[in-house]
Amino acid sequence: MSNAVVQDTRPPASAPRKGSLSRRGLPRWAGAAFGAAGIALGCGIGLVFGLDSKVQWGLISAILFVLISYVATSVVENKRQAKDRVATSLVWVCFILALVPLVSLLWTTIKRGSKALSGDFLSHSMNGVTGFEPGGGVYHALIGTLEQVGIATVISAPLGLLTAVYLVEYGKGALAKAVTFFVDVMTGIPSIVAGLFILTLMLMFELKPSGFMGSLALSILMMPVVVRSTEEMLKLVPNELREASLALGVPKWRTILKVVLPTAIGGITTGVMLAIARIAGETAPIMLLVFGSQLINTNPFDGAQSSLPFYIWEQYRVGSDASYDRGWAAALVLIAFVMILNLVARGIARWKAPKTGR
Amino acid sequence: MAKRIDVSGLTAYYSSHKAIEDISMTVEPRSVTAFIGPSGCGKSTFLRTLNRMHEVTPGGRVEGKVLLDDENLYGKDVDPVAVRRTVGMVFQRPNPFPTMSIFDNVAAGLRLNGSYKKNQLADVVEKSLKGANLWNEVKDRLNKPGSGLSGGQQQRLCIARAIAVEPDVLLMDEPCSALDPISTLAIEDLIGELKERFTIVIVTHNMQQAARVSDRTAFFNLAAVGQPGRLIEIDETERIFSNPSVQATEDYISGRFG
Repeated sequence: MSNAVVQDTRPPASAPRKGSLSRRGLPRWAGAAFGAAGIALGCGIGLVFGLDSKVQWGLISAILFVLISYVATSVVENKRQAKDRVATSLVWVCFILALVPLVSLLWTTIKRGSKALSGDFLSHSMNGVTGFEPGGGVYHALIGTLEQVGIATVISAPLGLLTAVYLVEYGKGALAKAVTFFVDVMTGIPSIVAGLFILTLMLMFELKPSGFMGSLALSILMMPVVVRSTEEMLKLVPNELREASLALGVPKWRTILKVVLPTAIGGITTGVMLAIARIAGETAPIMLLVFGSQLINTNPFDGAQSSLPFYIWEQYRVGSDASYDRGWAAALVLIAFVMILNLVARGIARWKAPKTGR
Repeated sequence: MAKRIDVSGLTAYYSSHKAIEDISMTVEPRSVTAFIGPSGCGKSTFLRTLNRMHEVTPGGRVEGKVLLDDENLYGKDVDPVAVRRTVGMVFQRPNPFPTMSIFDNVAAGLRLNGSYKKNQLADVVEKSLKGANLWNEVKDRLNKPGSGLSGGQQQRLCIARAIAVEPDVLLMDEPCSALDPISTLAIEDLIGELKERFTIVIVTHNMQQAARVSDRTAFFNLAAVGQPGRLIEIDETERIFSNPSVQATEDYISGRFG
């Protein structure tokens, strides 16, 4: 026997033929075509019957889309494919339904908010501007939001982080259970209740309204969110990494600090940013505790301040065209603020995430 | 400096469940001792009691004595962290730290213990990677993440990480069970080299592996499911595989068991 390569000596199969495994199929673009047909038919029915509401047009289109998908597929292909197609169509319809309010909200805010938005709007306060005349800006409110949210983050991010570390790494028994329970309860606290709680303290100790008081209420709202999200992220860190570190003779606290937290840092940052986004839109505690102001006050510990959500509410209440424009512009600024935070969080998460490349 | 391990009357629990009962044995320095036995007989649990990793599991506790050159690991004032610096461990599945580069992974033990001089770090990393037969494969990409290596390379990286802190004893919990035969061979060769410097204890399900790499072999078994695991016998590897003194060992090795 020489070292001849063993070869497959069977003759190659002749041209592939259609066997029992093949079936008639719709082309790949069939789904899109059904969608187009559904919409066209829906609009046609809407026109013919003179339906006023575009919502009705949309719903009829959606129902027709699902129906056409099912009938066409069950005629051309088979029942199983038809069911599959219906499920896919339903997912698409739900996706679009969920997207409609989001897109329309964003669109309306951009359209109406861009009217009053300008460099002046971002760099001036409402000092000396009455509600009915145009002009003025959100500078004071922007500063208020940045400071109040900043202080609230400084208070609740470390507290929440450490609580989560305790719950995941150390906590067992009654205390951990109690902490988990109260964190869950705190997640559901309405913002006005947190505001009232700080207000009672404020009245008890005879303190004046200030940005800091608002921050305290906001941190009550923020803390449980941080605890919850951080807890989930820490639980995702594989136990093997902890054991690997402990087996190297690394003390537990250093293991947590140098191995567990860095592994989870991306998710933790995202959680904190989402919590910030949540409290940035709170109005009730600001009304009670920060009081609102038309003037620039950069000191969060003394005197009334404003904030973006408060400003929006205030402008809306005035009820003039100019104030409506200002309100929408402030809403746009608030959304942009939250969006930038989210982008930053994603950037950090991607930058810090465990690397997999070669 | 390889050290001798003397275990006497060791019993380990998970909460109220007794996992292993009354184990006594001696592990010789500068040798490889293999633990074999069916799944669930407590080999891994026993291994983890040797560097106090057992108590990391919630509810884990131990009775009895483990002497490391006459010092009881379970003595009153013994710091488990210090024990683990002396008795290193390699796990079943490769577990490099995902946030760290290859270099940082090997340096992790020293860095996290805070006991190193900066200018020595590179030397230690090179020496450890060479010791783990990985240096030539990774020397050009020390800054790349450790998780980008293949499974066998990752496991050798974990061995390099374990020997970088210069332990006296190296425990290996089925280090090859997730690897292909070629990587397994690489690690077995490595074990042969490492036993010049360390006392090595290896848990394995692969009896050929135990026969290939170890000087002494311990056979563990359990009477029935739910019963604690026990040490059946420990002897020279050749004796265990040719002429064991207990019938159960022979049954297990020749495949007549279970």
